[in-house]
Amino acid sequence: MARAVTTRCKSLNTALAWAIRLLIFFPILWTILISFKTEAQAIASPPLFLNFNWTLENYAIVQERSDYMRFLWNSVIIAGGSTILGVIIAVPAAWAMAFVPSKRTKDILLWMLSTKMLPAVGVLYPIYLLFIRLGLLDTRGGLVVVLMLINLPIIVWMLYTYFREIPGEILEAARMDGATLKEEILYVLTPMAIPGIASTVLLNFILAWNEAFWTLNLTAVDAAPLTAFIASYSSPEGLFFAKLSAASTMAIAPILILGWFSQKQLVRGLTFGAVK
Amino acid sequence: MATQHSRSVARLMMAPAVVLLLGWMLVPLTMTLYFSFKKYLPLRGGDLGWVGFDNYVRFVSSSSFWPAVQATLVIVGGVLVITVVLGILLAMLLDQPMWGQGVVRILVIAPFFVMPTVSALVWKNMFMDPVNGLLAHLWRFFGAEPISWLSEASMTSIIMIVSWQWLPFATLILLTAIQSLDSEQLEAAEMDGAPVLKRFYHIVLPHLSRAITIVILIQTIFLLSIFAEIFVTTGGAFGTRTLTYLIFQRVLESQNVGLGSAGGVYAIILANIVAIFLMRIVGKNLDA
Repeated sequence: MARAVTTRCKSLNTALAWAIRLLIFFPILWTILISFKTEAQAIASPPLFLNFNWTLENYAIVQERSDYMRFLWNSVIIAGGSTILGVIIAVPAAWAMAFVPSKRTKDILLWMLSTKMLPAVGVLYPIYLLFIRLGLLDTRGGLVVVLMLINLPIIVWMLYTYFREIPGEILEAARMDGATLKEEILYVLTPMAIPGIASTVLLNFILAWNEAFWTLNLTAVDAAPLTAFIASYSSPEGLFFAKLSAASTMAIAPILILGWFSQKQLVRGLTFGAVK
Repeated sequence: MATQHSRSVARLMMAPAVVLLLGWMLVPLTMTLYFSFKKYLPLRGGDLGWVGFDNYVRFVSSSSFWPAVQATLVIVGGVLVITVVLGILLAMLLDQPMWGQGVVRILVIAPFFVMPTVSALVWKNMFMDPVNGLLAHLWRFFGAEPISWLSEASMTSIIMIVSWQWLPFATLILLTAIQSLDSEQLEAAEMDGAPVLKRFYHIVLPHLSRAITIVILIQTIFLLSIFAEIFVTTGGAFGTRTLTYLIFQRVLESQNVGLGSAGGVYAIILANIVAIFLMRIVGKNLDA
């Protein structure tokens, strides 16, 4: 009897959860569907759901007209570059804080977090001015540095919480066996820390990929990543639903796939380890 | 255990990150403060000298200030209420045993990974377009007159778009918190005949309170500075000009740097008030 109730309960839960899930996911699904329609079908009334002639022409046109690959490449360089640079700078810092903690470690960590709270718009003009003076406006290098600095606190925090879970005794044992600091980091710590570093890289790549304040304000043409590429479709004459959908699908697809692998780390990263 | 030697090595290893962040914080902040006390119009005469607190007074007394504060509060408040309430319900639902839990969770979290410019444009065109949008079709299907969402119901529209983006975040964090709830406690309450609402109110909600606080604080910090969603939809028109957007317009569009910088200082102070509460919670967690 109890068993039957649970099964029924479970079916009900499943049905409800799937319905809500579809509702939340629907805008993305709809965008993907429209991207395979012709422009006429995209605005057909009543809307067509699956009964249309699937076509790939929008993808070809978007690439041809707006050189999608260039924006994609900019996004990859900016998001990837800022993440790698950030991790290189953050690993030693997080290592030091996790294994040689001092009285001030907590203050330093909290202070780093506080820099993340600085509203971007508050320092928009200074950064804009510095970019002009240093010739960094509309360059990928400039954005790599800015996005690295924005995400550095999150990278340090995430790595710190991962490193802290590695038992210090193992490092001591290695030291007893005569390992130098370099060997200790290279052969003992790194292999154990790789999962943590990997999730940190993943989450920060996603955050940098989707960053849409600095990328919109500090780029024009040459260094514009996908966020700016999509924003250029907001002009009124660009009312091409199917092409806009194709462009949107291409902009979010890589990150949706990466995102699915990182949902567990997301909680930890974005709450600075406060919820695990 | 930590020797003098390892301490100095540790300090050396922290140095690059600390120095970079210190620079990132101090240099622009000092510049913003500096500009905020000047009449500075890069396109109309450049640096026109010191004006004391003039910019601060003018920013607050301009006719667009209070509407901007109101817009900011309505958007932040609206999104917070929607995401937290729906997030709790959704997290509780997803916590129930069901088939395909993994897939459901993945698809619920998906909107969070959509870049802000894409979600804003998709909503603006494919859903809220008064002629061809899906919502217009839906309205017509029920015999109603389609709404031009972004001009007639601009605030509702922005809140809808931003809530859609942030609901997954709230849900995921609350779900993580719910999963750490001791199920025996709930079962005991159930055995004792406590009704669902009572169980929720006396067991689930107190357990979630910390996670809810964190969701509210983190979202507030991000929501105070939403930009792309307004930039590509209304461009600040129809009463959707938030404080962030107002400052952006002052600085880059009308190139009144002094006035914009004073606004920036206000924004920084506002964000810091929220940040202090968040840091307290995170800091406590660090000791544990």
